[in-house]
Amino acid sequence: MNEERYHQLRDIIQIYLPEDVSVTDISKESHFTNELNINSAHLVDIVLDVEDAFDIMLENEDMEQMQTVGDALDIIETKLAKK
Amino acid sequence: MENNDILKLLPYSPPFLFVDELLEVTEDRVVGNYLFSRDLDFYQGHFTDFPVTPGVILTECCAQIGLVCLGIFLLEAYISENKDSNISVGLSSSDMDFYHPVLPGEKVTVTSEKVYFRFNKLKCRVKMHNSTGKLVCKGVISGMLKLQEIE
Repeated sequence: MNEERYHQLRDIIQIYLPEDVSVTDISKESHFTNELNINSAHLVDIVLDVEDAFDIMLENEDMEQMQTVGDALDIIETKLAKK
Repeated sequence: MENNDILKLLPYSPPFLFVDELLEVTEDRVVGNYLFSRDLDFYQGHFTDFPVTPGVILTECCAQIGLVCLGIFLLEAYISENKDSNISVGLSSSDMDFYHPVLPGEKVTVTSEKVYFRFNKLKCRVKMHNSTGKLVCKGVISGMLKLQEIE
């Protein structure tokens, strides 16, 4: 797993964390909605920021698969590999 | 889709329907209006002896016209394919600034411009004007719009 990409993703996620969740709570296993308390609208914001940051496009299927931080990293890796 | 068809699909009814008429609907923009009739219930208590339309109701009116009506128009293709479906709406955020009060009996016009609609999230820039053309409020409203099958 690419550490630089993970840090980049963590910086994006951090913007949308509710006040009762801290950045140190984020791990690759974290579930976006169940553990990090990110709502579905902010999950869309994260996806849009990820698209801009990595210059990729995500589809509805990617969104459905993106349950954890690790899932997001896998999707980013796959999309970057296809570029 | 005709403007009236959109109104028929709205998941609201009185006393919480705040759309009378849609004047313009495109992929990027919607304009609609609503008359705040003098006999609306909340005027009895907001405020006591001094009826003014509550800001939350103005925000709701902006959301129903600007977000939900536009959302129904954007989801049209799916709606006509899945006749047995209902639109489900969840407001996810609103950031509004208020400039001018709306008194009982005033008619307002809401104009909304789409910022984006992706992954079921619709984000819009909304403005409300009164009948003299004065800006009542403006802001940014987002919501999640999904189609649910009717059981």
